[in-house]
Amino acid sequence: MNTIAHIIRKEFIQLFQDKKMLKISILAPVIQLIILGYAATFDVSKIPMVVCDYDRSPASRKLIESFICTEYFVVAKYCEKSSEIDAELDNGYASVAIVIPCGFEKDISSGRTSSIQFIVDGTETSSATIGLNYAFIIISRYSQNIVLESLIRQGSVIMPARISSEFRVWYNPELKSRNFMVPGVLGLLLMVMTMILTSLAIVKEKELGTLEQIVVTPIRPHQLIIGKLAPFFLIGVIDVILVIFFTSFLFDLPVKGSEALLLLLCLIFLMTTLGLGLFISTISRTQQQAMMTAIFFFMLPMIFFSGFVFPIENMPIIIQYISYILPLRYFFVIVRGLFLKGVGIDILWTQAAALLIFGSVILSLSVMRFQKRFG
Amino acid sequence: MLFGLNILPIVRKEFRQIKRDKRILGILLFIPALMLFMFGYALNFDVKHTRVAVYDEDKSRTSREFIQQFFSSEYLDYVYALQSKSEINNLLDGEHVRAVIVIPSAFSKDLQKGRATSIQIIVDGTNSNTAATVLGYINSIVQQYSLNVISQSFMRLGQKQLTMPINFQPRIWYNPELRSAKFLVPGLIAFILMVTAVISTTLSVVRERELGTIEQIIVSPIKPIELILGKTIPYVIISLIATVMILIMGYFLFDISVKGNVLLLSMVTLFFLLGGLGMGLLISTLVETQQLAFMIAIIVSMLPTFILSGFVFPIRNMPLLIQGITYLLPARYFLSSLRAIILKGVGISAFWEQALILFIYAIFMIAISSIRMKKILK
Repeated sequence: MNTIAHIIRKEFIQLFQDKKMLKISILAPVIQLIILGYAATFDVSKIPMVVCDYDRSPASRKLIESFICTEYFVVAKYCEKSSEIDAELDNGYASVAIVIPCGFEKDISSGRTSSIQFIVDGTETSSATIGLNYAFIIISRYSQNIVLESLIRQGSVIMPARISSEFRVWYNPELKSRNFMVPGVLGLLLMVMTMILTSLAIVKEKELGTLEQIVVTPIRPHQLIIGKLAPFFLIGVIDVILVIFFTSFLFDLPVKGSEALLLLLCLIFLMTTLGLGLFISTISRTQQQAMMTAIFFFMLPMIFFSGFVFPIENMPIIIQYISYILPLRYFFVIVRGLFLKGVGIDILWTQAAALLIFGSVILSLSVMRFQKRFG
Repeated sequence: MLFGLNILPIVRKEFRQIKRDKRILGILLFIPALMLFMFGYALNFDVKHTRVAVYDEDKSRTSREFIQQFFSSEYLDYVYALQSKSEINNLLDGEHVRAVIVIPSAFSKDLQKGRATSIQIIVDGTNSNTAATVLGYINSIVQQYSLNVISQSFMRLGQKQLTMPINFQPRIWYNPELRSAKFLVPGLIAFILMVTAVISTTLSVVRERELGTIEQIIVSPIKPIELILGKTIPYVIISLIATVMILIMGYFLFDISVKGNVLLLSMVTLFFLLGGLGMGLLISTLVETQQLAFMIAIIVSMLPTFILSGFVFPIRNMPLLIQGITYLLPARYFLSSLRAIILKGVGISAFWEQALILFIYAIFMIAISSIRMKKILK
């Protein structure tokens, strides 16, 4: 026990010597959270629309009005000819275009069908899909109203039935994508920062030759590992507290669930990422190797396959299986569950258990790998 | 000899060092293409097979027929029929379903009597993107069904058949099947190249400093600019090989063919790579330990390129201040020219500016690194 305390003290002294590093590892996550948290939104609103109205009638103006009043579309430009649309979409000044044909009002008021052209820029697929759906709904409503009006005009006393839908959005009622993304950014930052801290920890001593000095001392591998982890764990805890604080206050996203549970689960998550970094450190010969291994084989798969932005359900089955060995996958469910849904351990226990198992396995693996090369 | 500079020996020495570490060479050459392959296939935004539960209080033929409308396509999957309202909580909390459709008990009676009726839809809004798409999809089916009901009752009233007032013909340009791969692959290429470029040089100088081998360079008559170029050129060659593999991969697997000018594309790519490598070098000359270099490289390249470059999050949606920050990222310019070439087939005029900015960026990075290098060698 005494030995561990000595190693921890030595590591802390070393940590405080490198002031630049200490400052960056505490400040960077906060700054990044602020910038990236504000940037990461998907919200589809105010889609710029080109309007080409050949009819210029009250009916066509009403149709355009019904697009604008939803707030999903704004008119970027009124065109005289439909040939002008090309340039607007090519340059990205507008994302959708609507063309109302000549004779629109005459057709619909005399019971004939009129064709509306609607052009969507498909480059950004998710906003295009949502924009198309909105347009479809707006047109359907408009059509229903025309039919009903003409019924009234014909003096019908019996009104046909209609179905409407009432929506209730749970957990994130305004459908703000920021509420989904900010907890995700929090998870990404914690993963990246903690893995950087430990992935070079042991390999650094190897490269600089100081490991030899430790080998000749009676220090046992697990003592060294615990000693190395302690200061990084402390930085991790400071980072956790800071990013949770800023997420709640800056992004107006209070923790709906239990704060204590969130903190506890964050600590378990820290164990997995610190352990992963340490493991990388034991399988690399130089710091450069460790860095590249960490980035390409661990960080990038975690960024993309853990469900940060890309839904795991949509991925090929093999990748879905791979995602089960990524601790960040479980952590995302935990942070989103606690920030947005306010669920408790009764629902999150599987995720917590997965993280605990992963953490213990990876830490013991590092100790074992280390033992082999130690003697 | 290049502009009277003695670079070749340094290049040769760097190459020898890179060749010695097979793991790193392998990573730099092949992993970028492998990443594109993996991510390009796996990642998409398509909202398909969303799990939906239905609570049918009406349990009539009409309601069953109505429910069927929702599940006739691949977008929604009917996974659960609720027996009571109290189950909704658990289903959504535990993420067993993403949405619940509730049909009121008077549904069929209302429709028969010609009264307006309303169904309830409860959606898990956690992932707002999926939620908005699912909501829009469900809503458009409801509207469609409602229109049908109106026209049927119209006919029952003895009127002539009702014609739909509007024939809505949406057309999708550039990416007609709305495949998100076409949107994401250019972004992935930019992201992978940026990360690879920055990290391949980010340890180059600081490593020599940490290991003490820089002393040997200090006593030699090498000029800072020679050292910087000598350290960059091998990685430019390696990155170019990796880029060619990435583009071939994109062409054969993801149908990403270059519609614009290939020469201009190569030029833009070269400037972009130089900028990334230059950024790595600059970091390397600014810090004293490899660990700090690693940390800064990640902070300035990986997460910002992912989130701020327009790769997945449209820059148009960001707050103005953040939009200003995106102008500092080389990936932003590279990505918009890549998308313009690949998706829209736009010609030179559309991305001349981007090429120029990337060129200036690269020169700037390499110049500052040389200045820093001079200080270190003194």
